[in-house]
Amino acid sequence: MTVIIGLEIHCQLDTATKLFCGCSTDYRDDSPNSHTCPVCLGLPGSLPKINKKAVEYALRVAKALHCEVPQESEFARKNYFYPDLNKGFQITQYDRPLAVSGHLDIDGDDGEKRVRITRVHMEEDPGRLVHKGGADRPRYTLVDYNRAGIPLIEIVTEPDLRSPKEARKFLNKMRATLEYLGVFDSEKEGSLRVDANISIQGSERVEVKNITSYKGVEKALTFEVTRQRNAIRRGQKIVRETRHFVEARGVTTSSRSKEMEQDYRYFPEPDLRPLRVCDWADEIVIPELPDARKSRFIQDYNLSPTHAATLTGDWQIAEFYETLPPDLRTSTGTATWVADTLLGELNYRDMSIRHVPLQHFKEILIIRESGGVTDKGAVEVLRALLDQVKETGSCESPGACIERLGLKVLGTSEQGGENPVTSAAREAIEENPQAVEDFRKGRKEALNFLVGQVMKKTRGCAKPADVNRVLIDLLSGEV
Amino acid sequence: MPGRSIEFHPDDRFFAFLRIIHNPQCGEGKLAGIPVAIKDNISTEGIETTCASRILAGYVPPYDATVVERIRREGAAIVGKTNMDEFGMGTTTENSAFGPTRNPADPSRVPGGSSGGSAAAIAGGLVPMALGTDTGGSIRCPAAFCGIVGLKPTYGRVSRYGLIAYANSLEQIGPMAGTVTDVNRLMGVIAGYDPRDSTSLDMPFRHEPDPDIRGVKIGVPEEFFGEGVDPRVASVVWDGISVLEKKGAEIITCRMPSMACALAAYYVTCTSEASSNLARFDGVRYGPAADSKKTWHESFQERRREGFGEEVRRRIMLGTFALSSGYYGKYYAKAQAARNNVRADFARLFREVDALAGPTMPTVAFRFGEKSDPLSMYLSDILTVPANLAGVPAISVPCGKVENLPVGLQITGCWMEDERVIDIAYAFEQGRSP
Amino acid sequence: MITEKDTEHIAQLADIAIYREELAAFTSRFNEILEYFDILDTVEVMEYRNEKECNVLRDDEIVPSLPQERALANVKEQEEGFFKAPRVM
Repeated sequence: MTVIIGLEIHCQLDTATKLFCGCSTDYRDDSPNSHTCPVCLGLPGSLPKINKKAVEYALRVAKALHCEVPQESEFARKNYFYPDLNKGFQITQYDRPLAVSGHLDIDGDDGEKRVRITRVHMEEDPGRLVHKGGADRPRYTLVDYNRAGIPLIEIVTEPDLRSPKEARKFLNKMRATLEYLGVFDSEKEGSLRVDANISIQGSERVEVKNITSYKGVEKALTFEVTRQRNAIRRGQKIVRETRHFVEARGVTTSSRSKEMEQDYRYFPEPDLRPLRVCDWADEIVIPELPDARKSRFIQDYNLSPTHAATLTGDWQIAEFYETLPPDLRTSTGTATWVADTLLGELNYRDMSIRHVPLQHFKEILIIRESGGVTDKGAVEVLRALLDQVKETGSCESPGACIERLGLKVLGTSEQGGENPVTSAAREAIEENPQAVEDFRKGRKEALNFLVGQVMKKTRGCAKPADVNRVLIDLLSGEV
Repeated sequence: MPGRSIEFHPDDRFFAFLRIIHNPQCGEGKLAGIPVAIKDNISTEGIETTCASRILAGYVPPYDATVVERIRREGAAIVGKTNMDEFGMGTTTENSAFGPTRNPADPSRVPGGSSGGSAAAIAGGLVPMALGTDTGGSIRCPAAFCGIVGLKPTYGRVSRYGLIAYANSLEQIGPMAGTVTDVNRLMGVIAGYDPRDSTSLDMPFRHEPDPDIRGVKIGVPEEFFGEGVDPRVASVVWDGISVLEKKGAEIITCRMPSMACALAAYYVTCTSEASSNLARFDGVRYGPAADSKKTWHESFQERRREGFGEEVRRRIMLGTFALSSGYYGKYYAKAQAARNNVRADFARLFREVDALAGPTMPTVAFRFGEKSDPLSMYLSDILTVPANLAGVPAISVPCGKVENLPVGLQITGCWMEDERVIDIAYAFEQGRSP
Repeated sequence: MITEKDTEHIAQLADIAIYREELAAFTSRFNEILEYFDILDTVEVMEYRNEKECNVLRDDEIVPSLPQERALANVKEQEEGFFKAPRVM
């Protein structure tokens, strides 16, 4: 049973002002309806005017997705009645979108895959609703128009995706691409929203709406694939419908709305002039995108394709990597540390790289590379700093942390009395006569045991190679 | 700086005003101290603005329309908001939710519409000038019926920012006054580029009317005197046209075949746009509060039934139908094609002549209730809608009387040639004066 | 020809309630008007493009918003800065 998935991605463009008025888009943490004007409140008599930057950003996206930009495009009114609409219609693009027929290459389920993009168009975000009086029977609705008029682009794909996992991979790539283009801030809540069309080949298609995080997409689609497969197995017919994803429960539910057959009565927005921007699109220069950067990382820094893919899959991480000193960038150890350890620890805490002071991590890497802290110690410092950031929003410096936790690598020089490594080794030998005897009988594992004991006594601050050497010296010296 | 103010206590016996401001502020400038009335679909900061509809009762805009800003800046005193057909939908001002305005020329008759209040305020001598709006004749019709002058400017020459939309692609705010000179004067204040209106043209209006029209070619399309035009009106208008000829204009008869579909194209377009424009009055952000016991849709549907008059509801439903899936091609798309034919016809004619002349309205002012069925009311707009469909300027100037009721002469000009229609109207006004 | 049922459907589509007793009159007026609109069937649809008037854009520069209390000035009821609307379902 082949799964067929197509996506509609809504992405907020990171402009300073709204799509049709000069209100600031930076309303997060501000009180409701404090970023509004006659235009975005839909007051009678107000008129929209197109934000040039929003068009430019949309064109960047169109170009990155290899789209065609038609001679002329225009805005249209999508008419429907809902309190989140300030004017009783949404200004969007309908039959004459900004860009058409593009593609995005991804690492699909069966290797390299080209996903076709049907269209890219611009539209305004509606307001935000808060339903009051309980989820089951809301008594009234609260409306905040701060979000109304935020510029969105809608990217529509052909039904080219074949599994929820592939859909997630596509979205990751799309998100990275949008970030590389500098048109989108993925940290803003709700800045990327997805509707998915999903069907099992031969059956009707179901639209899943309201997927507000790109992480939710795989969950929603997996649920839907299972639901549809089970239904087909039981001999039921899949009905063509719109379902909503309930993020908290990880399920989709039928919208059971009466307005199944919506008639949006689109017509050209008479208050706006058309766009003729194909020449402008030609002039736009887009920055290096994830694929190109990945190739460069493999070539210039000698990284494995896997590491290069991970490190370039997020613009911020790639940028961080390139601030490291050149000799560090080409070291496999560094790549592993950033791609696996750093990202792993962030993931575990559900944190983003944007939350952490990158200068500190650069320092950890530099201290680690110079031998000032062991691998294990470096991880301990990283964890401590991340925990601090998560709790308080800031953290101490790596140097201070190493000092505080006593993670400074212990030297083995003899000046100023016996060094801590030698004392710990001596103690371990004294405390474990059985192991010493076993070692002398030629059992290799006995030495490992003793090394472990010494590491424990030095709390991981000794270099394993040093411990090995000191133990062998001591044990052979005793003969 | 504290401005001065004037006293305004008119005897509004024709019900021209919905709201009167008795002590309005005024200042210095081109309109210093002149009382100006504003049609009630133009937003005025701090002054209730209702479009003569119950659905907007109590709405006080937090901003001024661009034209109001400009009038205030030039020192005028805004003395009140004038009555109109609800949302501009009508030809008589009978469709006001607050009662009809009477025609000062004959109080048993309508003043025309939809800017009937503005026209009656001028004709009744309450103000020297006023702002009207013209979507399909709403400035020119009441100007003709009341015997005053009214200009519908070239689309884009006057900012629509703050005009409560009825049919965005057709309508313009325009000046109304007792004389061409005053129309010209008010136009000089309100016209000009406005960055807030994407359809605004960057074309300043600085003009002194010039009555010399020697050598000007004036076309008279046969269709302007077609079926439905009262022969008595036609005769008065022909007399007017001969005045222009005496002043040195060359009169040329011509044809305008696109007129056949113009009225249908107009009504499909304006109702379509209106069906969308009037969707925002849901009581959430302004207007009478929504009934919170009901659901959103129940409350919205009932609000629209109670809040809109019959004609407004009819036009919303007509427009909804014209845009609905399966009918868009038959109605909306065809109407746009017919509209292009009108544009093309004007473009062709204005290669041959400088302006067109004919009657503004097919008849004189109706008696109250005379036009009871909507279609016959719509048909009376036949001579004014072509200018709106094409976006060209047109002026109505008084040109005589039929049984003591005023008749208007309409001069239509080429795009951006508002100055020329003003000059021709001025020449006519001068030519008629003894 | 439009039937009373069609009129009800159009009213539904327009989200506008009509009184039962208006239905017949509305329908017959509608039919008169739509019949008149039929003249548009004679028009041929041709593409028309106004190439001059396009790309009317503004710079991405912030203009001060209305203070919250002015945004809310035209409603009687509000809650913590939000507008209030009836429940949607």
